[in-house]
Amino acid sequence: MADREIIIGIDLGTTNSLVAFMSGDAPAVIPGEDGVNLVPSVVALDEKNQIIVGNAARKYLIETPDRAVYSIKRLMGRGVDDVQEELKLFPFQLADDLQPGEVVRIRLGEKTFTPPEISAFILRQLKRNAERFFGAPVTKAVITVPAYFNDAQRQATKDAGRIAGLDVLRLVNEPTAASLAYGLDKKENGIVAVYDLGGGTFDVSILKLHDGIFEVIATNGDTHLGGDDIDNLLIRIALDDIRGDLGLDVSRNGEAVATIRKAVIEAKIALSSQESIKLDIDLPGDKRYRREITREQFEQLIQPIIDRTVGPCKQALKDAGLKPEQIDEVVLVGGSTRIPKVRALVKDLFQREPHIDLNPDEVVALGAAVQANILSGGSTATENMLLLDVTPLSLGIEVAGGVTDKIILRNSTIPASASQHYTTQVDGQTNVAIHVLQGERELAKDCRSLARFDLKGIPPMAAGMPRIEVKFLIDANGILQVSAREQRSGKQAEIEVQPSYGLTDEQVEGMILDSFDNAEEDFRQRQVIEAGNEADTILAALEKGKKSPAWGELTTEEKKTIARLEKMLVEVKTGNDYQAIRKSIDELNQATIRLAELMMDSAVTTALKGQNMDESNADEGPTAPHPMAKAEFK
Amino acid sequence: MSSNFSNPTLAVVADRENDACWSCGDMRAAQFCKSCGKVQPARPADFFAFFGLPKKLNLDVAKLEREFYLLSRKLHPDVYAQAREEEREWSLEQSSRLNDAYRTLKDPIKRTQYLLHLEGIELEEQSKNATEKARATGEIKKQVVPPELLEEVFELNMQLEEARMNKKAGENDASLVTEIQKQKQNLEIKLEELSSELSGYWNDWDAALDADSETARIQARDKMVDLLNRRNYIRNLVRDVNEVLES
Repeated sequence: MADREIIIGIDLGTTNSLVAFMSGDAPAVIPGEDGVNLVPSVVALDEKNQIIVGNAARKYLIETPDRAVYSIKRLMGRGVDDVQEELKLFPFQLADDLQPGEVVRIRLGEKTFTPPEISAFILRQLKRNAERFFGAPVTKAVITVPAYFNDAQRQATKDAGRIAGLDVLRLVNEPTAASLAYGLDKKENGIVAVYDLGGGTFDVSILKLHDGIFEVIATNGDTHLGGDDIDNLLIRIALDDIRGDLGLDVSRNGEAVATIRKAVIEAKIALSSQESIKLDIDLPGDKRYRREITREQFEQLIQPIIDRTVGPCKQALKDAGLKPEQIDEVVLVGGSTRIPKVRALVKDLFQREPHIDLNPDEVVALGAAVQANILSGGSTATENMLLLDVTPLSLGIEVAGGVTDKIILRNSTIPASASQHYTTQVDGQTNVAIHVLQGERELAKDCRSLARFDLKGIPPMAAGMPRIEVKFLIDANGILQVSAREQRSGKQAEIEVQPSYGLTDEQVEGMILDSFDNAEEDFRQRQVIEAGNEADTILAALEKGKKSPAWGELTTEEKKTIARLEKMLVEVKTGNDYQAIRKSIDELNQATIRLAELMMDSAVTTALKGQNMDESNADEGPTAPHPMAKAEFK
Repeated sequence: MSSNFSNPTLAVVADRENDACWSCGDMRAAQFCKSCGKVQPARPADFFAFFGLPKKLNLDVAKLEREFYLLSRKLHPDVYAQAREEEREWSLEQSSRLNDAYRTLKDPIKRTQYLLHLEGIELEEQSKNATEKARATGEIKKQVVPPELLEEVFELNMQLEEARMNKKAGENDASLVTEIQKQKQNLEIKLEELSSELSGYWNDWDAALDADSETARIQARDKMVDLLNRRNYIRNLVRDVNEVLES
């Protein structure tokens, strides 16, 4: 790794998130403290208002559903007005005071957070896992996003990174990342299709591999299609059954719905390897919901959902100008591709047996690590590797009549740019408003509004005289940058950016500070806990010391001092001041140095007498020189 | 989304004379230094010049692709991810220019349109947008109906209108659909004919350049303009047909 700074690769998923890095010639996932690679993308606020992330947060989904959130990725880059559909399907609890056009805020207990902040909690957890692993701070990262994410969703992801204290060097599209992970050991030329059905998003990308260049030719997808939809369907069926068979409506009982959700997800997973599964769920009022689901029934139920992936695949092929038989390899990514019916569908679509050599849950993170390695300057493994990605959606400008004038077409290799010329309609006009859109539809109202720009400070001239060149540039992250210039005066025009859905720079800055404040608080709490543990250790050792013969050899004065300091530590330990605890520990340590030495001496004497330690002192053992940890005699 | 005020192109225009690499002082190639490989600030250049190509229309696309890959390795922002801000700006500017140029030149129609644009000619507004725009604002759109197609087009438009009415009424006239499909096939054949006709004009254009003949150049140019306008018209018809057939 030389002395180059570590850049981590992060898969910030709807259901699970992972962090990986390049270990020598191969990417590897960094496990969490619990030894598990997958960090569930679940965030909860515990009773003490502490943020809990991952596996530890999962129990809150059932116990205190109003203090936990999952699948937050679905809300990234979205405004109050366009999350209504999601609210019907997911138990997201919005803040009560949201204004139209505002970035949504989610309520956890008494607090509210924006989706980028909640994602930042997940990222911070992954960052910590990496820091624990390396024993060094990590500040740079590559984060993956669904290929079909729009500008606002990408920007929200970047914001989340910043809030978490990460410098996001690149956003990489998930299917492309997966192809990097696959391409690393294959190094073959040809056309590859990546079918990525995750927890909440679907992407399909078609790439051309050429001597280490990974050129995306076409991409398509649906940012609201994934395993979540299957879960929601099964939950709805269960709720209907319960209402019909048991006469019980639990649809508004958060805890019951969360229990059902957990059970149907387990059933869904089991049905990938079993022919049938028995649901058996305890319900309020001592009732029980039981039902058997066969794989055949399951496959029939999910058919309409997985069929929604067909359209994007066909469109991507069409955009790439390719027929299915021209695809050389098909790669499966995302947990939902474990479903046999999904695999059958892919095989049918591309007329080819898909690859499943790499773990579909990890392959995106591994690819992110490969890209991180490329950005850090590369290694022998990634030498010659270069990723050329595309923008998934066309970029347009609203023109007269509410029509979208497309200036950068979808599937253009990024970075990509386009210049547009504007002029004024009235004499002396100094402002021109521009509305930027993203999408394929002809009318502006049907496209996604990205931002409204105001070109200001145009030198006053006769109408039609100014010639303003506005340059739109989509960078390698798929994020738009805009600059403008009045060509006659050569004056750089001012641009006021008003993102339609997103946080302003100031808002993001404020959130970073907040998280720093929290980090400070987290750090303090950790220190208190650690100091307390240390105090317990030394107090326990002292208790043992008092029982040893060495205790008798101390002077009355020494014993008095030790007793005073011991009392003090016991007192101070109950408080929250870790510095005071440490000071008290140090004082007691100092006062017991002679005791420890005496104990050591007697232990050695005993050993020299040829007595067996185990017999002489049972489980006590001799105490180590200092601090009073057990000595090792072997 | 972020706004970006810096404009490296401007600064460069001033020291255009200076052909030395900013980093090692050696001779720079158009976009990167031949000696140390570092990205250079962008200079104004058309897409042909970017690839060091003459403004000719016959073009070896396979060679263009190789050149595109080669330049991508030199200019892509990934290569400059850890470089200082200025170099990252230049890389962004240069690689976006590279991608724009490659996208335009590799496609025969876009290449021709771009060349005509360089010649100061904008084609008739036959795009879908122009149609929508005209519909929305009530303006009359300029139409360039290829004369030999006048009759067919008239008939097809009637059929399309009928099909749209049927759809609204929830009816399905199978024989009408078959008829429209047949017309669509004819149009697609016509498009192919136009493409091969176009490559003939490419030869005329390239030859005129070699012979340095202004008259021949203008002749070839005008033929291409006429052809592309006809082609656009047919393409829009095909699009209309697809819209009716698909939905």
